[in-house]
Amino acid sequence: MASTGEQWRLEIDSLDSGAQARRLAERARMLLGPVANDLRSIHATALYFVAEPLDEAERKLLADAVVDAATQEGVWAVAHEEASAGREDGRPFMEVSLRPGVTDPVGDAFSRAAALLGIRGLSARSGTRYLFDAEVDRHVRELVAGALLHNDIVDEISFDAPILARFIGPSTNDVVEVVSVRDLSDGDLAALSRDRGLALDPAELVAVREFFVSIDREPTDAEIETIAQTWSEHCSHKTFRGRITWADGTEVEPLLRQLRRSTDEIAALWVRSAFVDNAGIIAFDQSFDLAVKVETHNHPSAVEPFGGANTGVGGVIRDVLGVAADPIAVTDILCFGPMDTPIDSLPIGVLHPQRVRDGVVAGIADYGNKMGIPTVAGAVVHQEGFTSNPLVFAGCIGLRPADLVLTGQEPGDRIVVLGGATGRDGIRGATFSSATMDATTGDVAGASVQIGDPITEKLVADVLADARDLGLFTAITDCGAGGFSSAIGELAASLGADVELASAPRKYPGLAPWEVWLSEAQERMVLAVRPGNLDALSTICREHGVSMADLGSFRDDGQLVVRCDGRVIVDLPGEFLHDGRPTRELLAERPQAPASTDRRDASQILTNAGQLMLAVLSHPDVRSNEDIVRGFDHEILGATVGRPYLGAEDDGPGNAAVIAPLQAVSGRGLAIGIGMNCRTGVIDSRRMAEAAVDEAVRNVVAVGADPEQISLLDNFSWGDPRRPEMLGRLVEAVAGCCNSANAFGAPFVSGKDSLNNEYVAVDGTRRSIPPTLVITAIGIIPDADRIITSDAKGPENALVLVGTTHSELRGSVLDAVLGVDGGGDVPGGDADSPARMRMIHQAMADGLVQSAHDVSDGGLVVAVAEMGMGGRLGVSVILGTDVASPERIVDALFSESSGRMLLEVVPEHVEELCGRTGGTVIGHFTDETRIVWRVDDRIIIDVDLDESLQAWRGHVAERGARS
Amino acid sequence: MTRPRALVVSAPGTNRDNDVAYALSLAGADPVRIPLHVLVRRPQRLLDAQMVVFAGGFSHADSLGAGALAGLEVERSLSDELRAFVASGRPVLGICNGFQILVRSGLLPGSLVHNSNGRFVCRWVTLEPVAETNCVWTNGTLDPIDCPVAHGEGRYIASADVIRAHTVLRYADGTNPNGSMLDTAGVTDATGMVLGLMPHPENHVIDRQHPRWHRGEHRNLARQLFDSGVAHVKAAG
Repeated sequence: MASTGEQWRLEIDSLDSGAQARRLAERARMLLGPVANDLRSIHATALYFVAEPLDEAERKLLADAVVDAATQEGVWAVAHEEASAGREDGRPFMEVSLRPGVTDPVGDAFSRAAALLGIRGLSARSGTRYLFDAEVDRHVRELVAGALLHNDIVDEISFDAPILARFIGPSTNDVVEVVSVRDLSDGDLAALSRDRGLALDPAELVAVREFFVSIDREPTDAEIETIAQTWSEHCSHKTFRGRITWADGTEVEPLLRQLRRSTDEIAALWVRSAFVDNAGIIAFDQSFDLAVKVETHNHPSAVEPFGGANTGVGGVIRDVLGVAADPIAVTDILCFGPMDTPIDSLPIGVLHPQRVRDGVVAGIADYGNKMGIPTVAGAVVHQEGFTSNPLVFAGCIGLRPADLVLTGQEPGDRIVVLGGATGRDGIRGATFSSATMDATTGDVAGASVQIGDPITEKLVADVLADARDLGLFTAITDCGAGGFSSAIGELAASLGADVELASAPRKYPGLAPWEVWLSEAQERMVLAVRPGNLDALSTICREHGVSMADLGSFRDDGQLVVRCDGRVIVDLPGEFLHDGRPTRELLAERPQAPASTDRRDASQILTNAGQLMLAVLSHPDVRSNEDIVRGFDHEILGATVGRPYLGAEDDGPGNAAVIAPLQAVSGRGLAIGIGMNCRTGVIDSRRMAEAAVDEAVRNVVAVGADPEQISLLDNFSWGDPRRPEMLGRLVEAVAGCCNSANAFGAPFVSGKDSLNNEYVAVDGTRRSIPPTLVITAIGIIPDADRIITSDAKGPENALVLVGTTHSELRGSVLDAVLGVDGGGDVPGGDADSPARMRMIHQAMADGLVQSAHDVSDGGLVVAVAEMGMGGRLGVSVILGTDVASPERIVDALFSESSGRMLLEVVPEHVEELCGRTGGTVIGHFTDETRIVWRVDDRIIIDVDLDESLQAWRGHVAERGARS
Repeated sequence: MTRPRALVVSAPGTNRDNDVAYALSLAGADPVRIPLHVLVRRPQRLLDAQMVVFAGGFSHADSLGAGALAGLEVERSLSDELRAFVASGRPVLGICNGFQILVRSGLLPGSLVHNSNGRFVCRWVTLEPVAETNCVWTNGTLDPIDCPVAHGEGRYIASADVIRAHTVLRYADGTNPNGSMLDTAGVTDATGMVLGLMPHPENHVIDRQHPRWHRGEHRNLARQLFDSGVAHVKAAG
């Protein structure tokens, strides 16, 4: 194509694209402000480029088939390399297409359509033309491109001239480079690590040098990369396994060991496996176990939000597939910078939070919706610290037969890869995600971006379910960070393996052997298969249209030998690879809470309590995310009985998602609750962790889960642990997790840490995220027909508060709304909470509870309003005389103490419920559509129900932002 | 008659095939899943089936438009066989992406385009059956039924005449989720054997699936559509 300098392309316009064009312009105006004020419409045209020449009949055939004549218009055009600038009608435009090598499912679909029509072997790529209003100058269009329509990491762009899509031509690349390390000084080793992006510590580099000195040869590129991936923070959790010492010399029990010990000591009967394999396994009912896992995909989501979040979801689903379970639900917890961040205040190379949010949300929706797994639970929080380092936590729950036995890989078993082909995507992802980011991260990370293909993963999941039920594999794992090197490396850790990469399917030619070995191309699973089962597996793969390749077999001597076309590119003992990394030594400093700078004026707050309630309801971390959640399919599989938004008008907040799998005849359900608070970790990370566990547990108890059968997952996203105070906070947080897990008898069964979430600006200043801990609680609902929800059910029903409100306003939403740090305590654990949860659960089981809602962000004032709004009922709350001082009233309204639950009860059961739970009546629901709070006879809040709904949906804040 | 055999057709990316199979089982049918590429190669598999359902999802990722590629495959390789199937009095159902496939392949009239607000939406809607139609899937249903929608390209457009002649299900007042003309949610063909609809009746086949069941609201199950289809087949013998 390049030789002739011309290229055919099919341009398809929607006949009713006006609304979309106006929406795109509006997004640009919102992001860019005044400079884009004149933008009225940005009209998008779909482009399909073909590499091979087509005759007129073929072009017509394709256009007729692909263009929906009733709603679209399609024309073939030919683009020339020397095209003159500007279009005939003189309106400015730009064209965007994916860089060569970036996965392009749309282009692939075009090729498939051509094949259906008998045009075989056509290579196609996709792109988009954006046509602007006539008056928009180039400078503004470049801003729009940078802010909204173009991402240099994956896209190419052309202004006012047709773009020529680039195709990867036939080429070969069999280069195996030898990397000299034996004679390097420590300083040269550090330079090597930096240049190759190995992210290895000095002691680790020395160990590498010593190893190759001992075997008397230099490593290949594939070997050095394999070691870097295997030893990365992402794969080996060297901080959580590391030797940590406090500054005063006291040694800390390694963090992972603390969490494991806590789980061992709880000795829960329902835990099948914890902290091994790809996911934790817990019992569900007689027939099924659950697989649970939550992952982070922070760095990739920062540079390419859609692809990063998309493959984050795909990756955690593969973790569940990697323990031979069928995925049944997805969760997502998202941390962004403030949406009103001025675009010109962003550090270089950092995308605007709105763009990050839109891309991340679309990426999550794309994967879950297309793969057909409901996205059922989540949270969205905002902090300035997340502007340069947004966080994306994605979780997955799976179901697998309780009697499943995988015998494990044995020497001679074949090593089989299923699913997607291997390309240059995501090379070095594990080391990338283990490094600190800076202004050049976007450039150097280009190859780290992965593009997801949920359709292939769905087909792979179908194959795996069939193959599992027929007993066709003995072991399984997914290809995640590190690609084959880590998947096969782990499966072969003790046995060793002979691997031949020549037969691995490739997306395109020209991959160097080490790239095939390290590529993190998505949607691939690695299985250990007895030779006699290969044919049966191959038949299932054919039926589902999934590609399968036999890459070799397991050895018995522990040596990992990898060849490409017969040439050895890796020859390493598993012992060195998996046990040769020197233990990381780390220093921790006891964290100090920063001094509080401001005061809260309780009397002043009370003169304005109604408005403050509305402001808290509309705070970005409290308000409804229904507009995001409705973009996720949470209904597919027909098992979601507890929804994220529910109530009289399907728009009140759910405490926890409840899944009642159709295949489970026990009638049981599982509840998924989330606890987190990223405002308090910088003040007291131990109490933050305790409160997060408490919140997650209360969320699942509130929907009817049994508090005596709860399992927990931990996900830490932290700054650089090589900074002693940062590490000190991590040590404290792990201690808090273990304390609370022990108190509840709720074991941790899986966890993941993402460290080094820091951004180094051009001027050398560091920005770290706030210490962020996401706790996921999985509970069992004895009878999924009888779940409890948060929406008020009946006027005249009483509202009972169980638990104690302390003065714990530091890090509260109230402080955030007031813009102060008013001091005091942050919420922590509550020693009475476990017993309280058991009493509440028993009362629920006995039919005493109409609705239930946990009290957390924003305090009681939020929880009360949410129950009323969900049921479209008014609420009347009367505080007793024991809450007389202004300070105590403010605590009652806004303090975020743990351990508290609100229960709705019919009048005749009030006494019994309070007697059994230790709760007190604080008010009742009403037919009047008002939320009224009194102290004795004095009204301190009187707000219309509809007004609080508007605030909670964020409408108030938006009005404020525009004025 | 024993349980009638229902083929549940899936293309790569179809993902509500299990949900549909579950609903068909409850309705008394014997669901058999079959990939479209297999059915295209062996259309004789239609001979011993009494009904066919194209399940929802994102066939081929909807890359060239919702249902476009699978619709092309059906149009070129299966439409004659499906027309003969329908002509022999055996019903065909297309749900969501299955509806889009039937429309793109020409088995149902009209077009399905992007929702009027440009966004994918997942929420529950109420469907009102049009009285006295010839559609074998809906003519057993007199009362409104509730079920969820989950789609981004579900706005039905066609001429007023086509809509008048073919609509058998409408979104109840205020629940039109996508801007479909005249609140059209489901349309049938001239024979009344083929039904296409965007909402997912297969996700409201047991009581607890309804979002307000825990509030004591008892609504009609959308399972009725599957019951009607199966009843028709059984009556036809």
